Amino acid sequence: MDVRLDALGVDIGSRSVEVVGLAGGEVVVSLKAPTAFDPAGQCARLLEGLAAGRTTATGYGRDLFVRTFGAEARLGVVATVTEIQAYARGAAHLFPEAHSVLDIGGQDTKAVVLAPKGRVLRFEMNDRCAAGTGKFLEFMATALQVPLTEFGAFALRGRRGLKVNSMCTVFAESEAVSLMGAGERPEDIALALHLAMVERLSGMLRRNACAAPLVFAGGVARNPCAVALVSEWLGTPAVVPADPDAVGALGAALCALQAAEMRA
Amino acid sequence: MSETTYHEMWEKLNLDLPAHDALLAVLGKFYGDIYMSQQGRLKGMEYLDFVLSEVHGLRIKELQEAKAAGRKVVGAFCVFVPEELTLAANCVQVGLCAGAEAGTELAETLVPRNTCALIKSFIGFKLARICPYIESCDLIVGETTCDGKKKAYEAFSEIAPVYVMEVPQCKSDADRALWRSEIVKYKARIEELTGEAITADKLGQAIRLVNAKRRALNRLAALRAADPAPISGRDALLINQVSFYDDPVRFTTSVNALCDQMEERIAAREGVAAKGTPRLLLSGCPMAVPNWKLPFVVEGSGAVIVGEESCIGTRNTRDLVDETAETLDDMLEALTDRYLKIDCACFTPNAERQDNIIALARDLKADGVIHYALQFCQPYTHEAFKVEKALTRDGLPMLAIETDYGMQDVGQLKTRVEAFVEMLKA
Repeated sequence: MDVRLDALGVDIGSRSVEVVGLAGGEVVVSLKAPTAFDPAGQCARLLEGLAAGRTTATGYGRDLFVRTFGAEARLGVVATVTEIQAYARGAAHLFPEAHSVLDIGGQDTKAVVLAPKGRVLRFEMNDRCAAGTGKFLEFMATALQVPLTEFGAFALRGRRGLKVNSMCTVFAESEAVSLMGAGERPEDIALALHLAMVERLSGMLRRNACAAPLVFAGGVARNPCAVALVSEWLGTPAVVPADPDAVGALGAALCALQAAEMRA
Repeated sequence: MSETTYHEMWEKLNLDLPAHDALLAVLGKFYGDIYMSQQGRLKGMEYLDFVLSEVHGLRIKELQEAKAAGRKVVGAFCVFVPEELTLAANCVQVGLCAGAEAGTELAETLVPRNTCALIKSFIGFKLARICPYIESCDLIVGETTCDGKKKAYEAFSEIAPVYVMEVPQCKSDADRALWRSEIVKYKARIEELTGEAITADKLGQAIRLVNAKRRALNRLAALRAADPAPISGRDALLINQVSFYDDPVRFTTSVNALCDQMEERIAAREGVAAKGTPRLLLSGCPMAVPNWKLPFVVEGSGAVIVGEESCIGTRNTRDLVDETAETLDDMLEALTDRYLKIDCACFTPNAERQDNIIALARDLKADGVIHYALQFCQPYTHEAFKVEKALTRDGLPMLAIETDYGMQDVGQLKTRVEAFVEMLKA
């Protein structure tokens, strides 16, 4: 017997898939799995035993989701929204006072300025390369042989002074390797890499006039050094949701719910 | 006309036949995916489908026949090259396309890697020997509209018959005098090429001929103000692209016939997308054949394109040459004035471009503007900033896109464009 929900949101990102289910206006289901090499298969596993009046997919795999699950009656009407819309809706729902959203995922970074009711006033996404994304940190953690989940705390122990100039993931890695060769402490190098990334992000935030309260979402919001440096730039703490990876799926579910209500 | 005959022709033009066959195969598939998949196309587009299917066939054959009859073929890459003078000297002018990724590695032996895709493309096409237009040209007219092109023509002149016109960077009296002298010099060069003197009579005819072409394209552009949109942005772009290499008289007749159909469709309140579909204006760098990537992405994201503020679009057609001049000298004055009205980003400060974009967006009832710049194109990537400011002041949302001819970023472009369309709908 399927668990019956009002709406489902599915966020298929480059690194992870999240599912959020809403019933009676509450989040009653929140699931997560790595995207791996089979995003559709991962979605199928997460959605096992779930049913909804309407399902909205977001993330780079959103069109794949519609192709795979568009005809599954138990998921109701299947539609898509972009990550930008999904993160805006999710963040505004969690923090109605929010002015803007910074989402750093596995391969995308986006800055969104919110209009009332979670609408998007303007946005910017990173260019096609990995600079300033979760991928950048993942590469650098590997280069410094620190587990990704500990990389932020590791960097917070660093002292300021070193500078990494390149934001290209490949060049920054060779810079980091040169610094290691020059005998610099890995913690200091890690901090310099985080500073380089946040400097790049700050350009995006400044161009779009993103201001506090700023919701910091996406997987990189779990990195305490990234959060500390973004907060430092803002001059006030960034707002980090309890489950920063699930904001997109929540937003997609809210979009599904709204569409269902508009139909009713 | 059999393929074999074309093969002989292509061989005579010294094309690399296997590479050229491969190019045509890719082009055909690309066209099928992007164009033939559209719903509710105008019947008049069959002409454009035919022209494009014969882009390296019948039209090249016509060029060879013209050459055999003693006419010269002049190639150009830019809307600054005065087609009126070329036609007045009884030459054929063709716009060289440079809209596909080809021969990039070869091109990078002549120009730096951080050169825009358009420049790399024309050099790549030449070095890879896959463009029958370039190989048919008796003269290729370049211009100094950006540093990339200016320096690229130096390298290009080693491998092709290049003549360069100096386009000024400002629009003062001194700049006008420079441009006037460049027009006179081009006239002399084209007379030298053909051995034929350009008379007032011939130039007057050519001015009217090219104006007629521009009027037909302006008529088409204005009809796109209707909601529902009577023609897709992809089809309208194709028409503008074809305007650069098709026979001008035949082309003008076909476009006017197409406009008649559009008027019928508008009267019947029919279109290619539902009434109320978000309407977008494209603005920025030219999209040369077969660069259909962004229009395809936009029209696959729930929006319809209603105009192109571009050299392959209104920048090429908006202004007409004064037809009242009677003497040769006055005609050259009229040409000078008309061409200096072009609001290319190569000018400074070029404030008129912002005004023109806003006016066009209002006329076409656009809901937003997508600013398109080729990566490494300094003039247009710079202007994206001030255009966005001006549009924002005017309450028009703008999305800035920077891309090239590669297909690797289609997914990311789609996300940006869809998010922009969602924003306009909310």
